[in-house]
Amino acid sequence: MILLFVSLFSFSVNSNAKSITLGWAAWDPANALQELTKEFTAETGIEVNFEFVPWPNFADRMLNELNNKGKTFDLLIGDSQWIGAGAVYGHYVKLNDFFDKEGISMSDFSPATVYAYSTWPKGSKNYYALPAMGDALAWAYRKDWFDRPELKSEFKKKHGYDLGVPANWNQLYDMCTFFQGREIDGQKRYGAAINTERGSEGITMGVTAAMYAWGMEYENPNKPYDMEGYFNSPQAVEAVEFYRKLYEDCAPPGHSDAYMVANLDAYKSGQVAFQMNWYAFWPGVSKEDSGGRVSGFFANPKQNVAAATLGGQGISVVKYSDKQDLALEYIKWFARPDVQQKWWDLGGYSCHNDVLNSPSFPTSTVYAQGFLDSMGIVKDFWQEPTFVELMLPMQEAIHDYVVNGKGTAKGALDKIIEEWVEVFEADGKL
Amino acid sequence: MSVKKKFKGLSDKAVGWLFIGPTVLLLLAINIYPLVYAIKMSFTNFYANKIGREPQFVGLKNYIKVLNKEAIWEKMQVTASFMFWTLLLQAIIGLGLALLLNRKFKGNELLTTLIVLPMMLSPAVVGVFWTYLYNPQVGLFNYVVNFFYDLGSFDMIGSSTLAPWAIVIVDTWMWTPFTMLICLAGLRSVPNYLYEAAEVDRASKWQQFIYITLPSVLPFLLLALLFRGIENFKMFDMVVELTSGGPGSATELASINLKREAFEKWKTGYSSAFAVILFVTIFGFGNVYVKVMNKIKER
Repeated sequence: MILLFVSLFSFSVNSNAKSITLGWAAWDPANALQELTKEFTAETGIEVNFEFVPWPNFADRMLNELNNKGKTFDLLIGDSQWIGAGAVYGHYVKLNDFFDKEGISMSDFSPATVYAYSTWPKGSKNYYALPAMGDALAWAYRKDWFDRPELKSEFKKKHGYDLGVPANWNQLYDMCTFFQGREIDGQKRYGAAINTERGSEGITMGVTAAMYAWGMEYENPNKPYDMEGYFNSPQAVEAVEFYRKLYEDCAPPGHSDAYMVANLDAYKSGQVAFQMNWYAFWPGVSKEDSGGRVSGFFANPKQNVAAATLGGQGISVVKYSDKQDLALEYIKWFARPDVQQKWWDLGGYSCHNDVLNSPSFPTSTVYAQGFLDSMGIVKDFWQEPTFVELMLPMQEAIHDYVVNGKGTAKGALDKIIEEWVEVFEADGKL
Repeated sequence: MSVKKKFKGLSDKAVGWLFIGPTVLLLLAINIYPLVYAIKMSFTNFYANKIGREPQFVGLKNYIKVLNKEAIWEKMQVTASFMFWTLLLQAIIGLGLALLLNRKFKGNELLTTLIVLPMMLSPAVVGVFWTYLYNPQVGLFNYVVNFFYDLGSFDMIGSSTLAPWAIVIVDTWMWTPFTMLICLAGLRSVPNYLYEAAEVDRASKWQQFIYITLPSVLPFLLLALLFRGIENFKMFDMVVELTSGGPGSATELASINLKREAFEKWKTGYSSAFAVILFVTIFGFGNVYVKVMNKIKER
């Protein structure tokens, strides 16, 4: 009996010692990672437990865990904006020594993703994550509708150019309004499902897609945190006004608090001609094309400049983990080029140059070229340790203007700057 | 061993303390201590997420900041409006339903059960399913409204004019049964002989209602409204699920704003000051209300 107890106890100790927990958002790529990780377990004998948190609660759950120095997660695939807080507040393990020891070179990964997902201070050689999931905000459209001869000719007659992938935001607007309220196959359709969500980051991620394309900069490049005239520049104001126009004239009814899932639903149910969303969802959208639906994909259209809102995440080792060695072993395995190729094949977005530079990559899926294009033009929201404090006023002010129709675009941007100044002052940056 | 023997030698006072001791300790640990700690924090510039940064004493700065912030007053206004309309509607409809159910008719019990169902649901669940009911394309609410009066497509949650009403309607739907139940208890406690005496005196039904029913049920109704008032001042989950405080900040109640300041922006010192102000407000109003209620009861 005692022997049985001892053996059971030692089994439990061993199994605990050989298992790690990885935290990420609950979405399609997480399932692909779970599938991929089976190979890691087969190779190393280390069990990987997953905890996937729905997107609306993802930041709250994970950041609370980190702030409380929780030991739930050994590995965390955290949003790009968290890297500052992860580094400054000591939540993430600095990986430089580990990378050097294991021969993992950051030059093997796409520079934009290394910059965005791994470094703090930005652009430095201090690495706190391995680029895990490249992503950017992009667009999907109903190619089957666009290919209909009667719609093509009607559109050309009206606007003087071909109905197709929009070359800029003005064309996007023309196309969206063209489909708005139009009856196709006996059903009323609408223009575009765009981000309007209030609670977390949705409308900010959406409106910045326009603001970046208009050429908005957050701050004076020569004087950090000097935002006046940059974040509220005439171009930025015009972009926000445009986004409101797009919402008012092109969104389906009731699309006033919509983000990833709501946009997907509007598209899948055949309500809209366009949806704005992350590349992460395109494998699923493409796979689910049926009943005559054919999806096309394109990178964020340019206006004054080519730019796209950055998504995606890096994988970090949590400082409070008791199993950092096992977590690092996982990162070592995940950084391998062959694993990265499998990651892409399963529906994850690898950031490894071997995968991205492969001659077959652009044609490997219908959205691969768009992904490549996007990753070359991405821009991210503030990655400061105080990014949540910076995000919240933007969510409120932009939602108030775009959805609520309150005030002016300039007023909204001024109000955001006012709040941001307060945040930076409290953080000792100003 | 009997209880009497076990406690032999202890005074009545000591036995009393023995019984209430654990409760007092729990109260001190989970209510009083956090309250005192929050008051202490409210005088500092503490950020709970900034590890290693020692909080500094800032005096009344946080209180001044909260009270001078225009946005805070907007949230308070939204909260006051939400409370006013929900309490008014719940008082009128709750009393009406209680009067109806106080009569004996076939199916009375079944109807009572059906009416109280909404208050048994989780507020978060209620918030989520009302977002579907309010959907301008497929929502039942919009369909019903348009059935009676053709308003065309309208978005209850996406419009700053309608969204405050959207949360009032849902809260009223959910919590009117509570007011109704309390009023029903009041109505059933009115002795029948009062009505019999009124009948003898040839009082009309309206006079019976004004001079017997209403005064008898009023303390109960006021008690129900006190509970609902306190709850609605703290309202959070249902509104967050339904509107996230939007559009913009049209339905951002004080409690939602407080949560955002405290646990998203992590402005612990500032939000503690805000919490103390809210606490004093509700405590003050509560006390005045109870005094008024007692005066009404004494009459």
